[in-house]
Amino acid sequence: MNAAARRRAVLTLPWLWTALFFLLPFAVVLKISFAESQLSIPPYTALFERVDGVIVGLRATLANYRMVFTDSLYVTAYFSSLKIAAIATLLTLLLGYPMAYGIARAPASHRVLLLVLVMLPFWTSFLVRIYAWIGLLRPTGIINAALESLGFIDAPLALLNTPGAVYLGIVYAYLPFMVLPLYARLERLDPALLEAAADLGAKPWRAFLHVTLPLSRPGIAAGCLLVFIPAVGEFVIPELLGGPDTLMIGKVLWNEFFSNRDWPLSAAITVVLLMVLVTPIALLQLAQSRTLRRA
Amino acid sequence: MRRPSGTTIALIAGLAFLYVPLAVVIGYSFNASKLVTVWTGFSFTWYGALLADEQILNAARNSLIVAFTSATLAAVLGTMAGYAFARFGRFRGRNLLAGSIAAPLVMPDVMTGLSLLLLFVALEQTFAWLPGRGLITIIIAHAGFAMAYVTVIVRARLIGMERDIEEAAADLGAKPMTVFFGITLPMIRPAVMAGWLLSFVLSLDDLVIASFVSGPQSTTLPMVVFSSIRLGVSPKINALAAILIIVTLVLLALAAWMSRGALRMRPAK
Repeated sequence: MNAAARRRAVLTLPWLWTALFFLLPFAVVLKISFAESQLSIPPYTALFERVDGVIVGLRATLANYRMVFTDSLYVTAYFSSLKIAAIATLLTLLLGYPMAYGIARAPASHRVLLLVLVMLPFWTSFLVRIYAWIGLLRPTGIINAALESLGFIDAPLALLNTPGAVYLGIVYAYLPFMVLPLYARLERLDPALLEAAADLGAKPWRAFLHVTLPLSRPGIAAGCLLVFIPAVGEFVIPELLGGPDTLMIGKVLWNEFFSNRDWPLSAAITVVLLMVLVTPIALLQLAQSRTLRRA
Repeated sequence: MRRPSGTTIALIAGLAFLYVPLAVVIGYSFNASKLVTVWTGFSFTWYGALLADEQILNAARNSLIVAFTSATLAAVLGTMAGYAFARFGRFRGRNLLAGSIAAPLVMPDVMTGLSLLLLFVALEQTFAWLPGRGLITIIIAHAGFAMAYVTVIVRARLIGMERDIEEAAADLGAKPMTVFFGITLPMIRPAVMAGWLLSFVLSLDDLVIASFVSGPQSTTLPMVVFSSIRLGVSPKINALAAILIIVTLVLLALAAWMSRGALRMRPAK
């Protein structure tokens, strides 16, 4: 077996797998998004009309897309998802940046431990972490109980099932995604640059603004995209921590699929969501391939 | 003279933010009271109740089967892909393959779940493959996204590794297969095993994708947890959550310990 044949042999399985279980599903979603919903198994019409196995006609409709683009429920859900994800990403950055900075400036012997401490919660069950916040935030939860016993409040505050709880959940769940790429950048930053800035008379905040911040921009970009992209389509957090008025597209898609059983409409929602996310996903791929090349 | 700086305070506050909620869940799982927030005494009651819950045990068994199988599948596929990316230089479709493998890492789970389900239904309609769905479809779905993690870890390990031993073996006449299984694989084994463990943990954790692609009889643990959380906080779920946290921590400590080995195994120059 020559080198080229060996390469092909190694690549065949990964290629087959991703073609069949990553690329093909998108084609199927696209196809079904043009079908009509009907009471049958599966609950949608066939796209091609067949007579004796020969395709004689095409039955495609744009009705699902018309619905997604005109019905205020879906339009509002997309925009509100983008808004919630953007605000939550910003909050995660505000918390994650000083943490990453702190780790990067810690003594080298402590850094690995600190990083592990930041990463560990990411690997513990996502559902459990969100569940933990329900226990803290609900009206009879620990935060309300503590505030009441201290006499700060008379009646429990509504903390759970609010927009604030959703932001909190996203920051909590995705914080490690922000800290890791930021740390990777900040750790490589040469302290001599800051010393030079100080020698030239720059105050620490000025040195930060003009040296550290610009140099950590790739880390900021990667971290923000890693938080923003999955947050847009988040289902568990708005479902468990949000209220009935917290509209996010992941939740709408879930209900459309599991409650209304409208598969073609769900498919159209997914296609549009992919189009919304394709730019940030491409930017992330670009940022990561750049870092890999430099590494 | 040295007082804690702002970043130190942020770091401590951030870590507290990450860990306090988890500590509270574990703490209250030992609470004797049925009222979740009133502490009445230390007890293992809820762990006992958990062990007597047929539904939870069954779901746990399903989850373990899925996690074990999908992690193994992901380890094989990810090692092949990681090897290709580290050693093959440029090849046709490299960017497409890299993107297709990495995309599930960030893609919202609802998209992955729905698109895979629609694929499985289409396969069933067209070829009568995977009829009715079940654990097998969850295994396929989980292997897909776990493969991405294994690929990244194995690729990094291969790139950071000296190639002189492999080259020596090849010079001495070892066939490429012998070099791979005799030299390369043992050297990257810590990376493969760490990838396997991470895949296992991720699979145990997934709710959304499994909810879409599972069959009627194949409920996994997160699905049971989710439906009971929707009904409210319960001490039994606290106990289950505590077990999940502790099991993951043990597995991760294991993974960390193994990748430490990976670093140390770097051949001396």
